[in-house]
Amino acid sequence: MTHAPSHSPAQPRTPGLRGVVADWSSDQRAFKSASWRKAMMWIFLLSDTFVFGTFLIGYMTARMSTVTPWPNPSEVFALHVGGQELPLLLIAIMTFVLISSSGTMALAVNFGYRRDRRTTARLMFLTALLGATFVGMQVFEWSKLISEGVRPWGNPWGAQQFGASFFMITGFHGAHVSIGVAFLVAIGWKVMRGDYETGGRGSYENVEVMGLYWHFVDLVWVFIFAFFYLW
Amino acid sequence: MADIAAPDRSGQHSRAASAQTGVQTHPLRVYFVVWGWLFVLSAASYMVDYVQLEGVLRWSLILAFMMLKAGLIVAVFMHMAWERLALAYAVLLPPLALLVFVAIMAIESDYTRLTRLFSFG
Repeated sequence: MTHAPSHSPAQPRTPGLRGVVADWSSDQRAFKSASWRKAMMWIFLLSDTFVFGTFLIGYMTARMSTVTPWPNPSEVFALHVGGQELPLLLIAIMTFVLISSSGTMALAVNFGYRRDRRTTARLMFLTALLGATFVGMQVFEWSKLISEGVRPWGNPWGAQQFGASFFMITGFHGAHVSIGVAFLVAIGWKVMRGDYETGGRGSYENVEVMGLYWHFVDLVWVFIFAFFYLW
Repeated sequence: MADIAAPDRSGQHSRAASAQTGVQTHPLRVYFVVWGWLFVLSAASYMVDYVQLEGVLRWSLILAFMMLKAGLIVAVFMHMAWERLALAYAVLLPPLALLVFVAIMAIESDYTRLTRLFSFG
């Protein structure tokens, strides 16, 4: 690290917009260890935290302010298996599938830094497969609820806001998972092709940045599971 | 740059090293342990519903399991435990503003509910 001569405030710099760009892009790096890729992904995830946070707060407001009782999620999301009602069974399976996909993703990042190209790609495709399974089960859940008469404006069991909250929150989460699956396949493909071997077309850090997004999707599900399904 | 070709299998990785280089090489065991805990915690939170716990016990357990799971994912899977504090604070502190928002909306929805009860009840 060479020390640049300190600029005195009076020293003229590039005028106008160019000067603004020059100042912002000068040697002032806040996140010393994180590359710009990783830092920007974290900042994007921070903004996404506020998106989902606001959804969940909206749901809380609807649920707290309604005078009609809220449908019991334990019963609404029960599955009929072998003549027995199992509460939240599908949601529990979905939770385990998503956690498993987070595990395989974490391993993929690790094998990426070990420069094990094949294992990394296989783990990423496995993660994508688990993610697609999750979305598939969500489609099943949505169609089951829709066939039972749940709409954004009403449902057979209680507070009308239930449907709107459910479709909004799980829909946005499902969209994030779907985008993640596409993202995983794309990066996995690049890993497979050996793009990150030479360093000329990116590095294995891309796998970690991809992983950040994927773990975030799992993280959001942790909160949805707690607040929407269990509460 | 750390030698990324040689993975750290010793089980002791230097926190300082990864905070300097940004390269995240940790022993696989860490991930498997966290993975296992996430399964256990998920099963535990599912059991809260299965055995129909009610009241304070129910929501305190739900929140406790939720925060533990979230913490494990962020700290280990997302490597936040090994990042520099500047990044950790920049990402983890702003969401606390959501708690203020929660408080405001909780008060607001109480008011809405009372208004509804008085006017339409």
